[in-house]
Amino acid sequence: MAAVLSAPSPLTATLPEDVVLRAEDLHTHFIVGERAAKSVDGVTLTVRRGETLAVVGESGSGKSVTSLSIMRLLAHPGRIVAGKILYRMRDGTVVDLATLPEKRMRAIRGKEIAMIFQEPMTSLNPLYTVGDQIMEMIRLHEPLSRHEARRRARQMLELVEIPAAEKRLDQYPHEMSGGMRQRVMIALALSCNPALLIADEPTTALDVTIQAQILDLMRRLQRDIGMSILFITHNLGVVAEIAHEVAVMYAGRVVEQAPVEALFARPRHPYTKGLLACIPNPERDRAADGARLMLNPIPGNVPSVLNLPPGCTYAPRCPLVEPHCEGEAPGLVPAGPGHLSRCFRHELL
Amino acid sequence: MSQSPSPAGGDVLLSVRNLSKRFHTASGPVKAVEDVSFDVGRGRIVGIVGESGSGKTTAGRCILRLVEPSEGEAVFDGVDLFKLPERALRAYRRRMQIIFQDPYSSLNPRMRVGDIIGEAIDTHGLAKGAARQARIADLLTRVGLSPEHARRYPHEFSGGQRQRIGIARALAVEPELIVADEPVSALDVSVQAQVLNLIQELQKELGLTMLFISHDLTVVEYLCDDIVVLYLGRILEQGPSREVYANPRHPYTKALLSTAPIPDPTVRRERVILQGDIPSPLDPPSGCVFRTRCPFAIEACARAVPPHESVSPGHSVACIRQAELATPATQKVTA
Repeated sequence: MAAVLSAPSPLTATLPEDVVLRAEDLHTHFIVGERAAKSVDGVTLTVRRGETLAVVGESGSGKSVTSLSIMRLLAHPGRIVAGKILYRMRDGTVVDLATLPEKRMRAIRGKEIAMIFQEPMTSLNPLYTVGDQIMEMIRLHEPLSRHEARRRARQMLELVEIPAAEKRLDQYPHEMSGGMRQRVMIALALSCNPALLIADEPTTALDVTIQAQILDLMRRLQRDIGMSILFITHNLGVVAEIAHEVAVMYAGRVVEQAPVEALFARPRHPYTKGLLACIPNPERDRAADGARLMLNPIPGNVPSVLNLPPGCTYAPRCPLVEPHCEGEAPGLVPAGPGHLSRCFRHELL
Repeated sequence: MSQSPSPAGGDVLLSVRNLSKRFHTASGPVKAVEDVSFDVGRGRIVGIVGESGSGKTTAGRCILRLVEPSEGEAVFDGVDLFKLPERALRAYRRRMQIIFQDPYSSLNPRMRVGDIIGEAIDTHGLAKGAARQARIADLLTRVGLSPEHARRYPHEFSGGQRQRIGIARALAVEPELIVADEPVSALDVSVQAQVLNLIQELQKELGLTMLFISHDLTVVEYLCDDIVVLYLGRILEQGPSREVYANPRHPYTKALLSTAPIPDPTVRRERVILQGDIPSPLDPPSGCVFRTRCPFAIEACARAVPPHESVSPGHSVACIRQAELATPATQKVTA
């Protein structure tokens, strides 16, 4: 393995220095018999070092499948069928996670890239104490004694601001609240000091006041440790709070990526614009006399990944649709400084 | 306990007084709802907000007597629902309906949509034969579906469509009051907006009164005329929603509003991030239930449950320090 790593990688030159991860035209399909569910159908996105990229989308947009593809944790029959996932390792070499052998992937999970989920109990084992689980993770990647690993585990709990860390090490996950478990999961994910953290809806199951605590913690950890975060969410409010960059997904594709201020100030894809209009806004949605105005929902439904429309997948719901949108799929093109849009007519927005 | 002010002025359809509900569990009694009083004006939408364990769902179900209350009264159009015998209650059940959060588990998967809606019509003997069919078709059209959908089964519909079916079922008996328990929480944003518009159209057209239970402060601000803030079974603040959002007076309401994510990265707010977890309802704090997480708690807060004090017309707060803490409302400053 050392020999492979030391060989100059032809990929290294292809990824700019400040980029940690870049997915290029990634396709992940779930193939059952004759039918293919194109859950990820050409995703291109970029995570910059030390920044948070929020991937936002509704159910079925492919945001979770994208993250599982990056971690190569796809369940059968899911498979990456095309595209690249370029990742810059800590030593500077660039690898393509889409084709990396499973054996090398195992050294990357946890140590280079770690992942946290919406429901902490999917990653915490109910039969082991919190301390044992963090120690196992640490010792899998580093040659530490039990004693040293326990000390590190306690430091990890302190890092995520769990009070009485020493006592908590000997507790089981069920003895903790939802917010506390989410902190433990973050501690577990960070215990091998990953360069990239993938967080899949980490605050969705939490109450508002607990969500605020966890978002605050993640912001602080990023500032202190300098890790990059890929933050998957359906909540545009959370995006505004946590993201530097935003990628908006629709029906298996990124339809827009931009710095967070630019995206909210002037969305350059009709879907993003439609999504923002769906969220109630007290200033916009009240008439001068205080009467409520109706919201502007996006008509229709998200298309099925088993039967995506040809051309632009948003065309059937789009207010700007033109005949050629239905024949040809638009590419992701520049639409402003650092701003990409997958729309032929983005200049009208 | 002091009487809660009436937010609606004269025409009150439902008046809840001192509602309490205790559940007896193996680990002891749980005070799910404790001494809750509020009024619902006819034709108004009242939002009940709170986090997990706040008792918002239990309160809604007690009012409909889907859960038997332990104490208190709920006066609906002059009659205390809690004192009605089961038989007499039936007539009132027709006037009050509920919409559930989960459109996947609240519809019988083995029944056709027409029969799900028809069942409510049959139960109350409202229409038969062709009139019944016409009514089902009309209800489906009203909620944005088509009459042909009556022959299909729930699994053939999307989440948003199922919620429309749930709404059609509730409307089938022409209720006056609807308790909507997190009706849009399970839906995607774009579908949520469609259902919120539908709820408003129906509310206006049919003159419905609604109790809208939700944890989503953005939706409540938009939709509700009045708001009731619950925490660990007790009301901490209530009033007209524009007044409460513009001028929250309870430290909990302030914290809740300051941390609800707003989809605008240029909004800079002074966030009040509460420490710790919501205490277990099995062992709530003495005195003010919020004091263990309150940044302003003093010794006196532990001694007695704070009474509701009126701070402006219809707006009341249960905090002994509300007057001294009354500073200008948390400003939303655009950076």
